Amino acid sequence: MKLVAVLLGGLVFGFGLALSGMTKPEVVLSFLQLEDFGLVLVMAGAIAVTATAFHLGPRLVATPPCGDYEPADKTRRRGTIAGAVVFGLGWGVAGICPGAMIASLGTGNWFILIGIAGALAGAYLQGRVWPEGS
Amino acid sequence: MELFPNGWWPYLAGGLLVGTGVGGIFLVTGLRAGASSVLTTTWSWLSRCDYFQRPVFRDARTWRLVFSLGLVAGAAAYAVLFGRDEDFLTEVAPWRLLVGGALVGFGTRLSRGCTSGHGICGISAGSRPSMLAVAVFMGVAVLTAQAVRAMGITP
Repeated sequence: MKLVAVLLGGLVFGFGLALSGMTKPEVVLSFLQLEDFGLVLVMAGAIAVTATAFHLGPRLVATPPCGDYEPADKTRRRGTIAGAVVFGLGWGVAGICPGAMIASLGTGNWFILIGIAGALAGAYLQGRVWPEGS
Repeated sequence: MELFPNGWWPYLAGGLLVGTGVGGIFLVTGLRAGASSVLTTTWSWLSRCDYFQRPVFRDARTWRLVFSLGLVAGAAAYAVLFGRDEDFLTEVAPWRLLVGGALVGFGTRLSRGCTSGHGICGISAGSRPSMLAVAVFMGVAVLTAQAVRAMGITP
């Protein structure tokens, strides 16, 4: 049941990413090059709904139907900022971020497999060489 | 200068759907669905390295993979219903995808969050480290993308 909810939520998330064009690196790069500010609308829309759910959910329903509310992780680690710098470099080079690249595969954009392979390799390297940062 | 030369409603509607996905998962399961963790949790099946075997990763590996399958299926549904192939195929050079992807994988996992983890979930929860991370990765990405273009690298 929990996994069904996760699958359906992912489905709506992925549909939204494709509708907004975020699955295409060119569209993300057009934001990063400050030519099209659509990405700001995507983030604003997503945060508006998510923040409402995060704040109202626990007030209205004590326990969710499948599980418990996971506490928000608000820890600042040694890697929080260093990692954000590295991520920013990669996002600026390729125009891809984890959710968008995974969804992009669904749109038949096979070239994105190169990016996914790179990201899996990068995440592996992080776990091996700098696990204490996170 | 026009802020939204390609229209604004698909962006806003897409963002609201993204939030509906994250918010819906939270309301039903209590989970906070950022996208980058799957890059680490998936390695828990493949590597015996202590880091990847941490309970925090092992315990989440199944739902995070299912969530990723949902992302793929949802985007596929959109493409089948409304898309044409040429709308989706990227022309960004393979080396950029590979190098950029590796930096994205390393960086998001070191930072413990990405555009959805820090950007959507973190900001929505009012997490200050997440807000700081978002400001940093957005700033660095804008500068990087400008630099890449200034070097004449397109696409």
